[in-house]
Amino acid sequence: MIGRALELAKMTSAKPLLVMRDIEKRFQGVHALAKASLEVEPGEIMALVGQNGAGKSTLIKVLTGAHGRDGGSIDFDGKPVAFGSPQEAQRGGVSTIYQEINLVPFRSVTENIFLGREHRRFGLLNWPRMNAEAAELLRRFAVEIDVRRPLMEFSTAIQQMVAIARAVSFKAQLVIMDEPTSSLDDREVGVLFDVMRRLRAEGVAVIFVSHRLDELYQVCDRVTVMRDGRTIMVSPMAEVDKLQLISAMLGRDLETVRSHATGFSAAAGAAGEEVLSAEGLRIGRRVRDGRLEVRAGQIVGLTGLLGSGRTETARAIFGADPPDAGSIRLMGKPVDPREPATAIALGVGYCSEDRKADGIVPDMSVRENITLAILPRLVAMGVVDETRQRAIVAKFMKRLAIKASSSEQKIRELSGGNQQKALLARWLCADPRLLILDEPTRGIDVGAKAEIQSLIRELANQGLGVLMISSELEEIVEGADRVFVLSDGRTVADLPHEQATAAAIMAAMAHEGAPLEDAGTTGENANG
Amino acid sequence: MSVQSETPVRHKQPGWIAWGGQQRVLIALILLILFGALRYDHFLGAFNVLSVLRYNSMFALTSLGMCFVIMTAGIDLSVGTTAACASVVSALLSPYGLVPGLLGGIGAGALVGVVNGYMVTRMKILPFIATLSGMLMASGVGLLLAHNQSVSVSYDTDFVWLGQGDLLGLPVPAWLAGAAYVYGSVTLNFTSFGRYALAVGGNEEASRLMGLPVDRILFWTYVQSGVTAGLAGVILASQFGAGQPAEGVGWELFSIAAVVVGGTLLTGGVGSVATTLIGVLLLGLIFNVLNFENGLGWISLSAYWQSVVRGVFLMVVVMAGSGPAMRKLRTA
Amino acid sequence: MADASVVNERRATSAALNFLRRYAALTALIVLLAFNFAVTPHFASFQTLNVNLTQVATIVIVSVGMTLVIATGGIDLSVGSLMAIAGALAPLIFLSPFGVAHPALGDALAFVVPVAAAGLLGGFNGWFITRFKVQPIVGTLVMFIAGRGIGQVVTNGNLQVFHNPAFQFIGLGRVFGVPFQVIVMLVLVALAAWAIRRTLFGRYILAVGGNERAARLAGVPVNRVKRWVYAISGLCAGIAGLVVVSINSSSDANLVGLGMELDAIAAVAVGGTPFTGGQASVVGSLIGALLIQLLRYTLLANGVPDAAALVVKGAIIAGAVWSQQRGKRA
Repeated sequence: MIGRALELAKMTSAKPLLVMRDIEKRFQGVHALAKASLEVEPGEIMALVGQNGAGKSTLIKVLTGAHGRDGGSIDFDGKPVAFGSPQEAQRGGVSTIYQEINLVPFRSVTENIFLGREHRRFGLLNWPRMNAEAAELLRRFAVEIDVRRPLMEFSTAIQQMVAIARAVSFKAQLVIMDEPTSSLDDREVGVLFDVMRRLRAEGVAVIFVSHRLDELYQVCDRVTVMRDGRTIMVSPMAEVDKLQLISAMLGRDLETVRSHATGFSAAAGAAGEEVLSAEGLRIGRRVRDGRLEVRAGQIVGLTGLLGSGRTETARAIFGADPPDAGSIRLMGKPVDPREPATAIALGVGYCSEDRKADGIVPDMSVRENITLAILPRLVAMGVVDETRQRAIVAKFMKRLAIKASSSEQKIRELSGGNQQKALLARWLCADPRLLILDEPTRGIDVGAKAEIQSLIRELANQGLGVLMISSELEEIVEGADRVFVLSDGRTVADLPHEQATAAAIMAAMAHEGAPLEDAGTTGENANG
Repeated sequence: MSVQSETPVRHKQPGWIAWGGQQRVLIALILLILFGALRYDHFLGAFNVLSVLRYNSMFALTSLGMCFVIMTAGIDLSVGTTAACASVVSALLSPYGLVPGLLGGIGAGALVGVVNGYMVTRMKILPFIATLSGMLMASGVGLLLAHNQSVSVSYDTDFVWLGQGDLLGLPVPAWLAGAAYVYGSVTLNFTSFGRYALAVGGNEEASRLMGLPVDRILFWTYVQSGVTAGLAGVILASQFGAGQPAEGVGWELFSIAAVVVGGTLLTGGVGSVATTLIGVLLLGLIFNVLNFENGLGWISLSAYWQSVVRGVFLMVVVMAGSGPAMRKLRTA
Repeated sequence: MADASVVNERRATSAALNFLRRYAALTALIVLLAFNFAVTPHFASFQTLNVNLTQVATIVIVSVGMTLVIATGGIDLSVGSLMAIAGALAPLIFLSPFGVAHPALGDALAFVVPVAAAGLLGGFNGWFITRFKVQPIVGTLVMFIAGRGIGQVVTNGNLQVFHNPAFQFIGLGRVFGVPFQVIVMLVLVALAAWAIRRTLFGRYILAVGGNERAARLAGVPVNRVKRWVYAISGLCAGIAGLVVVSINSSSDANLVGLGMELDAIAAVAVGGTPFTGGQASVVGSLIGALLIQLLRYTLLANGVPDAAALVVKGAIIAGAVWSQQRGKRA
């Protein structure tokens, strides 16, 4: 593998397939991409990594024409290009396999491959020919299936193969895979990697976006790391180790994490009684062995790379998606929450990561959104006591400094930070004993971020137990009194505040579960 | 190069479990026919079979157009009044002969379809509201043309043959409906239009990304539904000897029910022309069987039970359908 | 400076346009009223008002329930059939030997039992939809088909003719000259508008329709809320059914409430309640129903045939929904 990478590095002087240089993209004046670049050789698998918001997907969308660009140049196959839409890019030889597979699940495999350019005979569709070609195409990837069956009858991996087959049948020279492995199990990942290697052997280049670092080493030739809309590092895969990759992605020197970069003040005193403990959680494919403990007055950080099962764990504790196995105790009592209402009644609050889909009720006012969870307590004979409601809302809007034209403004008109504060207020006014915060400061401007962070500390000091999920190292390192690190669905580290340094956390993240190491070996064997 | 990838095949379950809805309705139809044949003397007699076919061919036609619309995840509430309006137009044109009457009715239906399609694709109005509006307009135009009463068809031309005549021993309406179903089946299975309609209903976003002309497909499904409803209107006029501007009430919901019984999901993306026909026949035969049951004289179930039985039947179908296929839909 | 004022002016005009689009139904209603005062003879009379309100009352009563259902993101096709059931049950009760023997109790039961039955069947709709995760259109289509059949079966399809002033007060009675059903209508509209604004249930309806996932995560009992809105829609349909049979002095299960589901949906659509859920304007539905009714009246009073009015009604529904969508997007 190393030999191959070196060989490829030498080949770099040859004509690259794709050259994106100095790409700029602004959304409403804010830079999403600034001087981003990406080069891909023919028949090369290029890993593209970075934190959420680093600009990976924007860069890909600029390439495929889903977004226009504000600056920079794109050369593909030696010619400058400007694709107007993903369809145009596809015709030009660039196919994208999206994370959520963009095929039609009810239709047959053949149809999904041929939609839009069917073979006809005497004006009617020529099914025998299309079926034969579809089967032949998939056989190239060692996939033998009945192509006449509906796509949805097959596993996600097969569906992905079909998407790839469709891309290849468009004579794609470059295939972009946006987190294709996020919903695959190990065996399926292995199959996918074989297909990627076959593509490489046929001279097709692949851009592979993934958060699972081990996978990158198994299959990629080079890696491009992005951060804050810039390309930070380009390197042959074999020349960087995982720790270097993580620190490049997070933008932290291994030794120096700036102190007091967040709004968290120093940690508080002693922790109180246990409010949450969870053991042996297993939830679908994402969480295999989750363990957690939160005590009153404590901020417990839960971190891990994307896809490590953080959100799934939180939702299970809250009763939104019940776990398949494991035990949960809330406030010292064993529980089996099947509905959020049960957990809420026990004094748990949950601010979800996806504010828009799982948090706000967009057309309702700030007032209604803040009091949604405590409405039953504000009711006399079924009627909402608006005087009390307004008093509570006024109190929390003031305390959290929520900026809105009035409490009657629709919440969708507020900025992200103020929406987040309103959602925090929704739970704070319920006076919970445990508050689960999933990425509480994501997508929020710097000022509001510090405010929210200091508020979380203040709440913990008043005795609230906080479980804070975050992928920002600073937030975890400075804010958390205790840190759990998840890796590939397993709790791999449980660090007290003093030991929870950036280096220790990154080391824990890099130390992924044993089975994946095995898979890595297999991959190398297969490659060599 | 690789060892492990020889057998990535993972068939979760045999197809007939997930897609059992289709076979189940066929089995239900066969059982119902067997039941009728064994229990009643003249159930399979020529007279009964022919009258069932003659009468239900109109619903079969409206359901066919509806089936395509529903496959695209839309709905067409206007089929009933479109048929009524078309029956008036064809009755008015019947003195000029069979062909003008036929084409006039179909043309009137197509026109309603064009209006519906325009509202859905250009004005971006939800299909439910757009076709509700189309339904009222078609009804109004029909009543205007007919001056609020039925319009006698001309018996001087052979127009009435379309509804009352026979060809090779089968009623002409049955031939028309049969031809329409053959056309529908071929269109669905062997033309791009049919496959695109299913693809758009199954995943509109993906269809756009694949470069399918989504709006054009939607537009034509509504026009097609107008055409089949128009043809149903021609048969209506010719079978009952008059254009009936006030007919067609509730046909749209009956057609939706038939399509649902036939296993086509209202969420779009799945559908079959053949099973829609089975759905129509099932709902139609329930009425027929109740008639025979009364004829036996053992019990006296009023004809009104047919609605109750149909409703309960639809409920059972929906409950059965909420099983594997639907669950797959949600997880997919 | 000059540029700025031009921009401001444009902004003002577009704001005015937006206002007109968003309140298209109300604006149209006012324009239509003004037109009638100017053109239609004898329009400004109590008589005209009563005629129009009487005709629109049942549609509005049904629209109240329909608005709540649509606010949760659902739809109820069964209202016409539930009207038929309620209309069929009432005469059966007060014409029964028991009802004749105890007129007061019979009449009271003739109010309560049909409405309760319609409510229960509505609740069944809700149960069916939530339990089997069926689309509301299909779920209520079952009751649409079966419901009218039930009404026909219990009356054996017969026309029930009756004369019962005490019972018929709901359709024919007047309070201070105002038809009683108009009062019922106004009370229901006011009650529902108030409930949506002020009660826990009302807020839950909007939360479920506005973002079902978020509502569930905030502890809202989503399925229970849905079951109740369908039950309430059934109750409203039951009341409307009683009004209709009272006015007619007869009950015909084949005809009572025929096509009502679409009339009510049209009123709700014109009134500006979006079909995606999360917002409810009961007063809007009232305005929508009034607009459709007044439009028909205006056309008829000015010699336009009823059939043409249907065409205009269709165009108005499409136009209203279209302009509201544009207003929102702008």
